[in-house]
Amino acid sequence: MIDNWGFVAAAWAVVFGGLGGYAIRTIMRGRSLTRQVPPEKRRWS
Amino acid sequence: MTTQLSNTSSGPDSTASRGTRILGVLALVSMAALALFGLVLSPPDANQGEVVRILYVHVPSATFAYIGCLLTTVGSAMYLWRRSQWWELVAYASAEIATVFTAIVLVTGMIWGRPTWGVYWVWDARLTSTAMLLLLLLGYLAVRRLPADHGVRTRRAAILGLLLVPNVIIVRQSVQWWRTLHQKPTLLANGVGAEIEGLMLFALFVGFIAIGLVFTWLLIHRFRLAWLEDQVDEAGLDVAIAERRAEGAAS
Repeated sequence: MIDNWGFVAAAWAVVFGGLGGYAIRTIMRGRSLTRQVPPEKRRWS
Repeated sequence: MTTQLSNTSSGPDSTASRGTRILGVLALVSMAALALFGLVLSPPDANQGEVVRILYVHVPSATFAYIGCLLTTVGSAMYLWRRSQWWELVAYASAEIATVFTAIVLVTGMIWGRPTWGVYWVWDARLTSTAMLLLLLLGYLAVRRLPADHGVRTRRAAILGLLLVPNVIIVRQSVQWWRTLHQKPTLLANGVGAEIEGLMLFALFVGFIAIGLVFTWLLIHRFRLAWLEDQVDEAGLDVAIAERRAEGAAS
């Protein structure tokens, strides 16, 4: 049987890369917008 | 227009908090555990061989895409009913995350399909309904981001959000309602562990935990980001109104 590890690696790269990239984008945009909003409106700590 | 409201550094300087940092560490550790069990410790399947390892990330991603859609529909309904900004932001944040997860499901499914079925894509009921779900999610996000009055676009997006759960039901049931190339549900078909067992079942279980933690972490951060976006939008509108009034007073 062909091992098909290339397909496995591609699928896992899509998941880790997709989620990781989206997480980094969310964090960076959050940092950028946080500077534009007064601290009293940032209700988390 | 970018509106600089404050440069003060007191208060959180990002969408992170102590809770999300702990959750983030747990998510990273569980993703590492998923890689260990899914890629190293679990055996290849007797029929599918190594390709079964794709399912340890594909199936949990699909489940949390559905959960994201469910949260969007619930949030949209609550917003339309109660006019609650909190629920509207839950719906919006969930929709964006569900879009990412649905895209991942489609791509990983195509990659799994090539060695299993011999093709990346067929117009099968499950694949086609999932593609329609992705289009609906993209439509929701497009409407929510239209350059229009905030109340109008959130209301219109919420109406679209109501359609997500019915669409998820179609996706879920498509393998039962129509003859499809996609396999029927196996995990819960005859009770947990009836069709898959041992380390393979455990790897899938770790996949649900890991992807679930990532989903939750993303949801909290995206919710806070959506809150910040709304605050900046409102402030920008206030500044524009003030400028117009000043212009009117001067002329």
